[in-house]
Amino acid sequence: MQALYSAPETLIRTPSHYCPGCGHGIAHRLLAEIIDEWGIRGKTIGLAPVGCSVLAYNYLDIDMCEAAHGRPPAIATGIKRVHPDNVVFTYQGDGDLAAIGMAEIVHAASRAENITVIFINNAIYGMTNGQLAPTTLLNQRTTTTPEGRNPLTHGYPIRICELLATLEGASFLARTSLSSPKDVLQTKEALKKGFKTQIEKKGFSLIEVLAPCPVYWRMSPVESLKFIEEKMTQTFPLGVFKDWEKTVSAPGGQATKV
Amino acid sequence: MARVSIDVGFCKGCELCIPFCPHDSLTMSRHLNEHGLPTVYFKEDHPCSGCRYCAVMCPEAAIEIFK
Repeated sequence: MQALYSAPETLIRTPSHYCPGCGHGIAHRLLAEIIDEWGIRGKTIGLAPVGCSVLAYNYLDIDMCEAAHGRPPAIATGIKRVHPDNVVFTYQGDGDLAAIGMAEIVHAASRAENITVIFINNAIYGMTNGQLAPTTLLNQRTTTTPEGRNPLTHGYPIRICELLATLEGASFLARTSLSSPKDVLQTKEALKKGFKTQIEKKGFSLIEVLAPCPVYWRMSPVESLKFIEEKMTQTFPLGVFKDWEKTVSAPGGQATKV
Repeated sequence: MARVSIDVGFCKGCELCIPFCPHDSLTMSRHLNEHGLPTVYFKEDHPCSGCRYCAVMCPEAAIEIFK
């Protein structure tokens, strides 16, 4: 029998600690597939964040490094400058990147560092039981906003792609989701483009992935995919915000489809 | 005809594969795996076109497809 699909070799065969239906598993698998397809397993270095994916090094059979909370772009800058021919990526969640690591990500992008950032946006703090994150949607209920996020007291969600699109150093910025097979495959294409940006030394690339967190959104995994499609994409529109190969869209302007 | 093979040791029963199967060939079983989690099984008498949608959606990479 011929295998039409089997798990990528870079993905270590061990049961993960992620909750059922978590988007991290899909994102890890896409990364492993790209590393296998391009044969860059020996020269890829990943940076794990603090958050649910803090143990990403247990699942990806590549060189991984752990960074302090929010600081993977700073460590990745150092690694990439010492080893310019290696492929260096950071894998960060919304608490890591958009909250405590906001300074690092903005300055890494403005310095046009040749690194790829994979930003998993699930609009909640999953690791610590579902508190308000900077990317939590308005009126979304979390353990710290039981009445829903109120802009008067909790502010508004931060749109990272639109924010970084104002910086000249950012070369490729895209937002994709994991809500259907089509979206997952588009995410894979966007991740490939991010790695291509880095390999061709075109500068900073960031791919924001809207991922489900069914347990702390208090819904079933299938409902959480609907939530991404119907609610999250209203606040976080999908698309390419900056692309070095094509005409650059106006900062914060109309996004084009991936 | 292709067929889906599910590694029940990895399946967590999240059901993300089930709604995307165009032939409705996947369903939940009453069988619990060694971690005590319910798992998905492939209905052997149902067709499979090998579209890989289930494998694309599986967060645990528990699905293999053979032809």
